[in-house]
Amino acid sequence: MQALYAQLLVGLINGSFYALLSLGLAVIFGMLNIINFAHGALYMMGAFTAYFLLHLTGIGYWWALLIAPIVVGIFGMILERTMLQWLAGLDHLYGLLLTFGIALIVQGVFQNYFGSSGLPYAIPDYPQIGDCSPNAPQDAFCRRGLQGGMNLGFMFLPVYRGWVVIFSLVVCIATWFLIEKTRLGAYLRAATENPTLVRAFGINVPRMITLTYGLGVGLAALAGVLSAPINQVRPLMGADLIIVVFAVVVIGGMGSIMGSIITGFALGVIEGLTKYFYPEASNTVVFVLMVLVLLVKPTGLTGRAA
Amino acid sequence: MSALTDDTIPVTPRAMRDEMIVFAAMAVLLGLVPMTGIYPFFVMQALCFALLACAFNLLIGYGGLLSFGHAMFLGTAGYCSAHALKVWGVSPELGILVGVAGAAALSVVTGFISIRRQGIYFSMITLALSQLLYFIYLQAPFTHGEDGIQGIPQGYLFGIFNLAKPTVLYYVVLAGFLGGFLLIYRTINSPFGEVLKAIRENEPRAISLGYKTDQYKLLAFILSGTIAGFAGSLKVFVAQNASLTDVHWTMSGEIVLMTLVGGLGTVFGPVVGAFVIIAMQQYLAGFGQWVTVIQGVIFVACVLTFRRGVIGEIAHYFRRSL
Repeated sequence: MQALYAQLLVGLINGSFYALLSLGLAVIFGMLNIINFAHGALYMMGAFTAYFLLHLTGIGYWWALLIAPIVVGIFGMILERTMLQWLAGLDHLYGLLLTFGIALIVQGVFQNYFGSSGLPYAIPDYPQIGDCSPNAPQDAFCRRGLQGGMNLGFMFLPVYRGWVVIFSLVVCIATWFLIEKTRLGAYLRAATENPTLVRAFGINVPRMITLTYGLGVGLAALAGVLSAPINQVRPLMGADLIIVVFAVVVIGGMGSIMGSIITGFALGVIEGLTKYFYPEASNTVVFVLMVLVLLVKPTGLTGRAA
Repeated sequence: MSALTDDTIPVTPRAMRDEMIVFAAMAVLLGLVPMTGIYPFFVMQALCFALLACAFNLLIGYGGLLSFGHAMFLGTAGYCSAHALKVWGVSPELGILVGVAGAAALSVVTGFISIRRQGIYFSMITLALSQLLYFIYLQAPFTHGEDGIQGIPQGYLFGIFNLAKPTVLYYVVLAGFLGGFLLIYRTINSPFGEVLKAIRENEPRAISLGYKTDQYKLLAFILSGTIAGFAGSLKVFVAQNASLTDVHWTMSGEIVLMTLVGGLGTVFGPVVGAFVIIAMQQYLAGFGQWVTVIQGVIFVACVLTFRRGVIGEIAHYFRRSL
């Protein structure tokens, strides 16, 4: 039973990454009509930024959660300004090819300097709550940041893993709220429908496109920082993940923001359950599900027709 | 939304003549290779990839379908042929047949699934399917996982041609390449090919004209996958192994790159692209991982500045169809 809960938790964590990544892809696809193949590479850059911040400047996890998405987001906006914007109006397959090239460059550069093996990134040990001094009594309460675990009665929950699930859920819902419920989001959705008309209202659509790309990329980088302490920081950490995320996107369709979030988490959980009941299929279950969904409902679960 | 292969020059009798002249020149040049000092294994490998890229180009250049999983046909045919040759001990021609049959069967199944969506979704589905297959081959016992199938006997083709001799093997591979190339050339210049181009340009209109476009696309996918499989079977005799690299999605990316560099939707582009990329990998091998970076830069440069590719630009300059 313990193992089942543990796999469920692993599934939820993977689901958080799927959700954050497919959400970013959906946001970018909505505005730029581009499938961002570089998403996995930018996710990896997020993790590496956190690593650099810690080891070069001593800036820890909590600030990295904020700084890494901004740094990678700015990098993304530069990419959009210098390259992606020239593809507007072309067949969107060119966007896929261009971002694939960018992914090769980014991953290749990182592989040159860091090889293919992983770099460890420690779970933050601050803030410390309670009496954590060396001469504290044995039974004194002490919590070091997100380290350690909690006994929930039915299972042992590592604090950091619980944090990842809750934090990414909050970020997903905040993004959903930003796009579906605010005025800025309304502009955004209007600009996807009819950029010329929105421009006529005096809104700077190209700038909005750039910022949207930055936002989507920032979400990927955030996922990267979140995953750094769990999975190691590796140049190819995003390369194989992105293909699973593509399958998630095909299953969910990219019609709605909420659809991406729910599909992401759900598929993570299904993958976790497979790992418990039939481990041999755990690598392939998402792809098999994709095939089944395509056979029954080609547009995906929440998708609009392409 | 402008089409993927814009301003292609329409096929006229003159264009056909041009293409036949270039084809003859290519066949003669390739036929002379063993007389020169060029390393035959490099050319053979390039020929296999050239055929693979041509098969891929049949889909994207003429059907507008960007398959990002074409490595699965290469790898599947390779594994089938290698297994048949090594474990069952069949003759080379039967080994090739088994590989091609395997790729054909796979293309029927994957084609049926993937043509249900268009555009980028089609690309993502083919990519996901090939990754599914990668994991299956990683775990399946007959592929020997990370080790791959090695030391494949080359044998005598039709009982006559000794494939262990590099020159004989070279001409067999060349014949296979030219045959596959002509088959593709015939296809794109047939009524079937014309319908395919019509679908690429405007699918709703093709549907309204009464064409069952899904059937045409599926047929093109099967044909492309089968020829790609043929290339994979030939490659087994050249490399004498079948391994996971051939199924991994980075290989699919390389196939796309070859076609893009040579020119999407041009007849000879994929051949030139394959030779350029294989030569690059051969001669830049010393740079290690930087090769990936260089490939990425070429990808970006192609998409941003010369989308027509090498052959496409030349054809555009001379206003000829190549």
